[in-house]
Amino acid sequence: MERHLLERLNAARRERRAAMLVTDLASGAGRLVGEGEPVTGDLGTAVSRAFRTGNSGTVEADGQTFFLNVHLPQPRLVVIGAVHISQALAPMAKVAGYPVEIIDPRTAFATPERFPDVSLEAEWPQDVLARKPLDSYTAIAAVTHDPKIDDFALKSALDAGCFYIGALGSRKTHAKRVERLLALGASAEQVARIHAPIGLDIGAASPSEIAVAVLAQIIHAFRSRGLEAKGSAA
Amino acid sequence: MDNPVPLDEARDPLTIAENWLKDGREVALATVVETWGSAPRPVGSHLVIDAEGNFHGSVSGGCVEGAVVTEAADVIGTGKPRMLEFGVADETAWQVGLSCGGRIKVYVEPLG
Repeated sequence: MERHLLERLNAARRERRAAMLVTDLASGAGRLVGEGEPVTGDLGTAVSRAFRTGNSGTVEADGQTFFLNVHLPQPRLVVIGAVHISQALAPMAKVAGYPVEIIDPRTAFATPERFPDVSLEAEWPQDVLARKPLDSYTAIAAVTHDPKIDDFALKSALDAGCFYIGALGSRKTHAKRVERLLALGASAEQVARIHAPIGLDIGAASPSEIAVAVLAQIIHAFRSRGLEAKGSAA
Repeated sequence: MDNPVPLDEARDPLTIAENWLKDGREVALATVVETWGSAPRPVGSHLVIDAEGNFHGSVSGGCVEGAVVTEAADVIGTGKPRMLEFGVADETAWQVGLSCGGRIKVYVEPLG
């Protein structure tokens, strides 16, 4: 591999951008491809699949043998609200491979006693997100029910293109939220990306069951990345 | 701005490879490109080796790293990549092989 490829690959990994090293195994020639960058032919199909699944592998394409080594940023979950659902969601998401960060400015909720072994910020989302910005490999679940806390984070998530955006609340609550987000400058198309009521419809009743429904929806969103775009493109 | 999930740069083979090149060291990179059966490290795993035989990372559970390091010295010397295959089907299985019963293909290439 040429040195400039290694440097560009490492820069992408440090900056949480998805990148793939494509190596022609016969000649040893390498090429760095970023997510969404067009690649033609059968190789392009294999590249898209590898970005979606995160699985590296050897492929035969266009009469050549290539090794695709895909480097996806570690997906993570930001939860707005240190509530009962979050107490169940944090350990489950961690086990599933999604490190969790919980943000809630209400210090009575955001206590280490209630959230052992979880990254917890007892601050306003605007302050935390300025330091640690959201990106397309971040999922966000807003579960405080409080517009003062949730709305800014949701608008930031829409602008950052988070791969999953969920918000707790009934359809009626969500309709009011949609109006507020539109007033903040979000487009109707952006707002349609919000999963609300939050979680897959599995009839979840308890906070822990709601956490399962949310986590399943996050995993589904992560593994189907790019599928919607494919349908609407061309 | 902080990276919310930073790389473990002290143990990350690709970061180490870049730093070694900056230090003027000659470096080879080994990558698991195919696995069959129960292989200890997934496809895409890296082992980085310098001309003195220093290495970081892994391509197996420690079973074949010694052989890969030896081959890497040749790759650094010739500047040509090569493909290695390890597994129980190999005649040298008992000397250099995977006790777990898997098979792996490792691509070793010069960096720079």
